[in-house]
Amino acid sequence: MYATRTRRARPEPFALRPGIAERLGLPYMDAALGFAAAGLVAFGVFTLGQATRHDIPGDPGYYVDRQAIYAVLGLAGMYLLARIDYSRFRELRVGIYTFLCAGVALVFVFGFAARGSRRAFELPLFSFQPSELGKLLLVLALAGFVIDGARRGSARQRTVRYLCLGFAPAALVFLQPDLGTSLVYGAITLAVMYVGGVRWTHFAVIGAALVALVALVLVVAPAIGTPVLKEYQQQRLTSFTHPSADPSDAGYQQNQAMIAVGSGGKTGRGDRATQTRLDFVPERHTDFIFAVIGERYGFLGAAFVLSLYALLIWRALRIVTLSKNSYGTLVAGGIAAMLLFQVFVNVGMNLGIMPITGIPLPLLSYGGSSVLATLLAVGVLQSIHMQARLSQKGRFAW
Amino acid sequence: MYRRSDELGPQMNNRLALRIAVFGGVALALFAVLFFRLWFLQVLNGEKYLAEAKNNRTREFRVSAPRGKILDRNGNVIVSNRTSLALQVNPAKLPQAPRKRHAELAQLAELTHSSLPRLRKTMHEQLSLAAAAPVTLRRDVGDYLVYYLQENQDRFPGVSVQRVFVRRYPHGTLAAHILGNVGEVSEEQLKEPRYRGLQPGDEIGQDGVEDTYDRFLRGKAGITRTQVDAFGQPTRNGKLVSQPPVPGDNLRLSIDSKVQEAGEAAMAARGLRGGFVTMDVHSGEILALGSYPTYEPSVFTRPMTQAQVNELYRDEILAPLSDRAISGLYPTGSTFKPITAIAALESGNLTTSEVIEDSGQLEIGGEIFKNAGEAANGSVSLVSALEVSSDVFFYTLGDRMWNTGDLQRWAHALGIGRPTGIDLPGAAEGLLPSQHWRNQLYKEGETDRPWSAGDNVQLATGQGDLQTNPLQMAVAYAAIANGGTIVTPHVGLQVDDAAGRVLDEFHPGPRRHVRMDPAYREAILEGLHDAAQNGGGTSFDVFGSFPIPVAGKTGTAQRPPYPDQSWYGVLAPYPNPRIVTFVTMEEGGFGAEAAAPAAKTILEAYFAGRLSHEAESPQEGAG
Repeated sequence: MYATRTRRARPEPFALRPGIAERLGLPYMDAALGFAAAGLVAFGVFTLGQATRHDIPGDPGYYVDRQAIYAVLGLAGMYLLARIDYSRFRELRVGIYTFLCAGVALVFVFGFAARGSRRAFELPLFSFQPSELGKLLLVLALAGFVIDGARRGSARQRTVRYLCLGFAPAALVFLQPDLGTSLVYGAITLAVMYVGGVRWTHFAVIGAALVALVALVLVVAPAIGTPVLKEYQQQRLTSFTHPSADPSDAGYQQNQAMIAVGSGGKTGRGDRATQTRLDFVPERHTDFIFAVIGERYGFLGAAFVLSLYALLIWRALRIVTLSKNSYGTLVAGGIAAMLLFQVFVNVGMNLGIMPITGIPLPLLSYGGSSVLATLLAVGVLQSIHMQARLSQKGRFAW
Repeated sequence: MYRRSDELGPQMNNRLALRIAVFGGVALALFAVLFFRLWFLQVLNGEKYLAEAKNNRTREFRVSAPRGKILDRNGNVIVSNRTSLALQVNPAKLPQAPRKRHAELAQLAELTHSSLPRLRKTMHEQLSLAAAAPVTLRRDVGDYLVYYLQENQDRFPGVSVQRVFVRRYPHGTLAAHILGNVGEVSEEQLKEPRYRGLQPGDEIGQDGVEDTYDRFLRGKAGITRTQVDAFGQPTRNGKLVSQPPVPGDNLRLSIDSKVQEAGEAAMAARGLRGGFVTMDVHSGEILALGSYPTYEPSVFTRPMTQAQVNELYRDEILAPLSDRAISGLYPTGSTFKPITAIAALESGNLTTSEVIEDSGQLEIGGEIFKNAGEAANGSVSLVSALEVSSDVFFYTLGDRMWNTGDLQRWAHALGIGRPTGIDLPGAAEGLLPSQHWRNQLYKEGETDRPWSAGDNVQLATGQGDLQTNPLQMAVAYAAIANGGTIVTPHVGLQVDDAAGRVLDEFHPGPRRHVRMDPAYREAILEGLHDAAQNGGGTSFDVFGSFPIPVAGKTGTAQRPPYPDQSWYGVLAPYPNPRIVTFVTMEEGGFGAEAAAPAAKTILEAYFAGRLSHEAESPQEGAG
């Protein structure tokens, strides 16, 4: 075999005398994953720089500088996390879960309100949004609970327990109110359960219940006068089915985003972009950054970004299969689902096929907490990959 | 890279592998959806969305063009423009919510010193003319208001301040009736071919020469395409294509400001309702034309108060807007006599030497017609009959022609009771009573008797049913003076561009020629000259000492139950007149009392300019 021959003929040099690369652990990391993540972050910072030059008078670099700082912090965090054995998080699951719920809950007490919802803590240099980091924390904790409880109770009890564990933080986030993030929590919960082996029949029941819930929330509750969703949330969720030209309408944003993406054509409009430059598309630096990319860089740029996401998620799914233990499989599955859900919902929203839910585009949307949390999640993926590689070699980390 | 065989971790089993495979399949499907949608939007429909985006970001603004100036024949500016700040509201951009809308409008009403109902009415009226067009709430808004609105732009969505051009009248009321006014084009007018290409809100001439010569004065509105953001605000350096407005061309009138001013002053000095006209007898160029009472044309450039509206439109007796010089309907009194004379002479009912005995009264068909003042003039021929204004002489002529139609034929030929072709809207046709006319009325039961000799006797002296105005009389007198040419009276002289180059000249040719024996013309002019400047003449008191020889005729029209109307028609200089002046004043009494002095003032103004000019010329030559 090729492998055997190689090993015998020329022993790997770092086996004897570890070089700089091995000391840094680079050979054990997933280079493609790192490239995808770093590429997306870089592309995001670049796009922000182009698109927000004139947003803050006198400070063309306002958004870019902040985003770049978080990107660097995030990349550093990713590297550090990659060097830690993720398996320790399994033991810390209760602490992580408590921290998650407490963090999300504390926002109600200390958080500052932005546009009617309390989502973040105001810290001296930046504002921190616990629910963003919470996505990763939920994956780590929930995967731990699933592994831990695998032999306790009946299958049905377990399913209900997992659902409740996922529902609690999701409900807290929903009440902030942050509909989009609570949906991500839900997707994570379901994904971890799915990879964790919850029965197909249970998923069928959950699916039916979800359909009923959506019908109840969107149709029945408003009809009987006790709406669950805020009016703007409801409008956003339903408006993608009827785009509108009225700026006061929720469908307007969607329509404008679609026009922005479409007007980019094959190669984009560059600085001649108007939709995303002249405020036709709102929130262009956060939720609608994909529309900016679509308009400025056209199909070429947008497809490139989508390809990077596809690469990212392919590598994540691959890591699911590589993991040295079940915990790693579940964590990687949860992170892959988290990324996939956010990318699809956000890009779909920009392309007019998904409702507006306020979900940021991972690694691209402006927002320190989101970039940091996503890069840390990629760091956990790297850690799983690294542990798998090291375990295959029968060697362990330093 | 890595060895495949090692990659399956210890936890992988078939069930998990299936789940991961399904997961991967779902991911693949979702990405396929995104890629397909992206392809659909950008590659397949890119052009369509690009067009939508372009449409999104540009707004067209019409930039109104300044109208051309109106000048008098010597280049003095009578009408120019000034810029004014107009407060406009775009109804489409007002808040949709009724309460917010109400609040904003209420605030605007307060700021413009108006009331909410009045503001709503203004908007409603303008919107019914041009839906969705910006509504001008107020013109000439003060700077303080502009600044206030700019500072509080977000509180007043849909409100903007536009620079508009507004007519400026440096000489006040001068030539008000000739100029007319400017106003927004109406819905009906937009359908007319002459207003093709205009848009609601554009301004056009609505009366006077502003109307007649609108196509020269109007200019062409420019279009500025401006890039705007989502809120409709123009972006920095956002001007895309602009078509600059083309200013209107200047209109030069045949009016002589000095003469016009003198005429208006003379009318105002007496304070009697009436009109005047001074015209070149050969070309038909009108040097002065006016009506009293007059008005400030600038009232139309500002919103009118109810008092102003009442004054302009509701007072039927004063009716300041009506131009009595061209739309009046009056009998003329004795100023009609030259027309009777030419008719009688040309039809063979009179010779220049025939003498008629004037005993002070004449019985025709059982009715007794008396001279004015019941004076007996003795034996009079045509010349002396005109000099002393013998009514009996002309009664006789009227009687002779009572059923021949000669008087009507000649009066009609000279332009009485028919359109003059003047380039001003609103001119009246008038009425020339005739046998056919009255008999027709009688047949229809509109009158109690058929045509009689008495009717023609009345017409011969300019009384009775005759309805004409100073302009028609001036045209008729001009024809007698110039030997039979019926000129087309006009006030438009030429169109100049901004640099003063002549673009177009107006020379409306004569409407027709009437063959006239020069001897008859001379006899009539002599009679008129004697009437003005011979010792026994009817207007000798007025024109006896006038340095220029003139030929003028008084007229005293009876308009029961009103007091007599004063008329005066004068040709100057005698014997080869260049101009004709006609003046009438309602309730002015005898012709020499009111109208003649006004005519003299006008002639003085006319000849003052000419004489001093003629006096200067040799000096220049000598120097």
